[in-house]
Amino acid sequence: MASQDITPVGRDSAKVSILYDPKIRGYIFQAVAVLVIAGFGYWIVNNTITNLQRARLASGFGFLDGRSGFDISSSPYLTYSSDSTYLQALWVGILNTLTVAFVGIITATIIGFIIGIGRLSHNWLIRKICTVYVEVFRNVPPLLVIFFWYSGVLSVLPQARQSIGLPFNTFLNNRGFFFPAPVFGDGAWLAGVGLLVGIAGTFLVRRWAYKRQMATGQQFPVGWTALGLIVGLPLLALAVKGFPLSFDYPVLGAFNLKGGMQVGPEFMSLYLALSFYTASFIAEIVRAGIRGVGKGQSEAAHALGLRAGPTTRLVVVPQAMRIIIPPLTSQYLNLTKNSSLAVAIGYPDLVAVGGTILNQTNRSIEVVAIWLVVYLSISVLTSLFMNWFNAKMALVER
Amino acid sequence: MVDSNLSFVRSEMLQEQTPPLAERGAVKWMRTNLFATPVDTALTIFALLLIAWFLPPMIRWLFIEAVWTGPDRSVCSTVAQGGIQPDGWSGACWAYVNANFNQFMYGRYPIEEHWRVNLVGIMFVLLLIPLLIPKVPYKVANAVTFFFIFPIVAFFLLVGGWFGLSYVETPLWGGLLVTLVISFVGICVSLPLGIVLALGRRSKMPIIKMFCVIFIETIRGIPLITVLFMASYMLPLFLPPGVTFDKLLRALIGVALFASAYMAEVVRGGLQAIPKGQYEGADSLGLGYWQKTRLIILPQALKLVIPSIVNTFIGLFKDTSLVTIISMFDLLGTVRQHFSDANWASPQTPMSGLIFAGFVFWIFCFGMSRYSIFMENRLDTGHKR
Repeated sequence: MASQDITPVGRDSAKVSILYDPKIRGYIFQAVAVLVIAGFGYWIVNNTITNLQRARLASGFGFLDGRSGFDISSSPYLTYSSDSTYLQALWVGILNTLTVAFVGIITATIIGFIIGIGRLSHNWLIRKICTVYVEVFRNVPPLLVIFFWYSGVLSVLPQARQSIGLPFNTFLNNRGFFFPAPVFGDGAWLAGVGLLVGIAGTFLVRRWAYKRQMATGQQFPVGWTALGLIVGLPLLALAVKGFPLSFDYPVLGAFNLKGGMQVGPEFMSLYLALSFYTASFIAEIVRAGIRGVGKGQSEAAHALGLRAGPTTRLVVVPQAMRIIIPPLTSQYLNLTKNSSLAVAIGYPDLVAVGGTILNQTNRSIEVVAIWLVVYLSISVLTSLFMNWFNAKMALVER
Repeated sequence: MVDSNLSFVRSEMLQEQTPPLAERGAVKWMRTNLFATPVDTALTIFALLLIAWFLPPMIRWLFIEAVWTGPDRSVCSTVAQGGIQPDGWSGACWAYVNANFNQFMYGRYPIEEHWRVNLVGIMFVLLLIPLLIPKVPYKVANAVTFFFIFPIVAFFLLVGGWFGLSYVETPLWGGLLVTLVISFVGICVSLPLGIVLALGRRSKMPIIKMFCVIFIETIRGIPLITVLFMASYMLPLFLPPGVTFDKLLRALIGVALFASAYMAEVVRGGLQAIPKGQYEGADSLGLGYWQKTRLIILPQALKLVIPSIVNTFIGLFKDTSLVTIISMFDLLGTVRQHFSDANWASPQTPMSGLIFAGFVFWIFCFGMSRYSIFMENRLDTGHKR
C-alpha cells in the first residue's frame, strides 16, 4: 500500500518534508492513538477508583466466597441453597446457560434443516408454509418470542389440578412440564458402559467399513450396525442385570403433581423461543447452502447412475455443508448469546444470576468481568470446535 | 371416379387442439406442484391437515371472537373471570390495544405535546421516502438533511426546553417512540463507526489494527444484554464524580457500540471483496489513502454489502427491544408493563398485546428486508459471474 518507497531515477529526489513520509506518518499515527487510548484508559481507571472510594465500595473477587442469600429456582446439577456462596451461584448460572444453549442448538438445527429443505421442496404448499415460518420468526425480536411462549402460552395453561395429560405419563400445566424420572437400580451402570462400548464400536466399524470399501468396493450397512450397537448393547446389559430400571411417574395430587421430573415454564419458554427463532435463520443458511451447489453436480451424479437418495447424500450434502458450516457457527454463537435473554423471564442463567449478585453487592466491575470471560470462552471454544469440523469437511484439493 | 388430388399427405393444417384436461390449467398445476409423486401427495395431505388444524382456530381467535372495543377488562373475560363473555370464550382482546394505543406509541409523553412527536415522525417519513426511491434527485442534500440536520431538529423538538417548548424528560418517553429513537441513533452512529473500525482492522499499522480487533471481537463475543448492563452500571463509575448520564443516552451508547462492531465485520467483508487491482489502480493514480478509500474503495465495498448492512440494521432494530431488561420502556416494554394494569388484566391480554407488538416489529423488519432485496437486484451491476 502506502509503504513502497519511490526513488525517482535520474534526478535528485525532491526534498520532502519528513511529515509526508508514509512510514513516519504511520508511526506518528500509532503513537498518537496509543497516547489517546492510554490517556482515556487512565482517566477511566482514575475516575473509577475515585468513585469506588467515595462510595466506600471494596473491590476484588473475595466477595465470591460470601453467602449468597438468594434462592435459584432451577439447579439441576449442583445442590444449591441460599446458604451457598456466590461462586456456587455463578456455577449454577453457567451450567444453566450451557444447558439451554446445548438443547436449543440441537433443536434449532433439526427444525432449521427441516424448514430449509422444505423451502426447496417441489411441493408448493410445503414451500409456502416454510416461507411463512421463516418470514414470521426472522422479523420479530427474540425477546418477543420468549414472552410469547412465557406469558402468552405457558402461563395461561391450566392450574396443576387440571393438568393436561399427554402420552407417556407426561403432564403439562402452568408450572411446567412433568415427565417420568428414570430411577436407576443396582447394576444400571452396566447400561452406561454398554452405551459407551456401543459408541466406540460404531466408530471402529465405520473405520473398518470405510477401509474395506476403499479396498474392495463392497459396502457395509454401517447405519443399521450402529443402531444395533448403540441401542442393543445397553438393552442387553439391562437384560443381563434383570432390568434394574424403573420410572418415577408424576401423580396428580390435590394441589400439585407429585414425583417425576419437572421442567419449569421459564426454561421451556426460553428453550422453545430460542429454538424456533434461531431455526428460521438456520433454515435460510441451509437453503443458501443447498442452492449454492451447482446444478451440474447433481446432473453429473444422475449421469453416473446415482439415484436421488445417494445423489443427495453423497454429492449435494457434503458440498453444501462446506457453505453451511461457517454461518451455522455464528448462528450457534448467537443462540448462546441470546440465551442471556433468560434474565427477562427469570430463568437463572449466568446473566440473571450475575445481575442478582450485582444488585446485592454492587460489584459491577467484577460481575461484568466474569460475564466477559465466560461468554468469550464459550465463543472461542465453539469457534474452535466448528473450525475443526469445518476443516474436516472442507474440500481436500490435491 | 378417382379423385385428382392423390396427395398422401394432409394438405391443410389441423386445428390446434387444447391439451388434455390433465395437462392444462389448475389440474396440471396441481399435478406438478402438489401431487407429483406419492411422497408429494402425502406431504400435501399432511400440510393440509396442519393448516386445517391451525388456521381456523387462529382466525376465530384473531378476528371472529375478538373484542375490538370496550371500556375495561370485563369485555375480555368470561363470566367466571368476572367479565361478560360466556364461559369457554376465547378471543383476542383488541380493545386493550385500542385503549392503550397512545401509550404504546408515545409512552408517558404528555398528551398535549404529542404533536411534537408526530411532527418529528412526519419529517422522518418525508425525508426518508425520497431517500429510498432511487429515481428521486438531490440524494446528497437529502442524505445530509436526514442524517445531520434532522437529528438536531428532532432532538430539540422531542426534548424541548428551548423556544418556548416545555421540557420533556426522557423517562417519560416510551413505546414505539423509544424503539425508533434508539434504532435511528444506533443506525446513524454504527455505520460510520463501523466503517472506521473496519478500515482500522484492515490497516497496516499494527497497533491500530490490534485495538480494532480487540474491540470488535470482544463486543461480538458477548451478548447485547451484558453490554447494556455495562452501559447502565459501569458508565457512571467511569465518569468523574458528579457527572451523570441520562438513562436513555446510556442505552444509546451501549446499542451503538454493539452495532458498530457487527457493522465493522460487514464492511470488512466488502473491503475484502474488492479486487487488489482497484487498490493498486488508485495508488497508481497518485491518490492518497483517504482519497483512495473515499473515492474508489468504499463506494464499491459498501455497494457490495448493502444487503448485509440492512440485515445488521434489522438485527439492531430487533435488539432495541432488549432495553426493556434494563427497565426502559420501548414498545415491547410498554406493552408488557400494561399486562399488569388492573383495568385490563385478563387471560387474553398478554397474547393480544404481544401479537400487536410483534406485528409492529414485523412490519418494520419485513419492510427493511424487502427493500434490501430490491436494492440488491438494482445494484446487481454484473459483479456476479
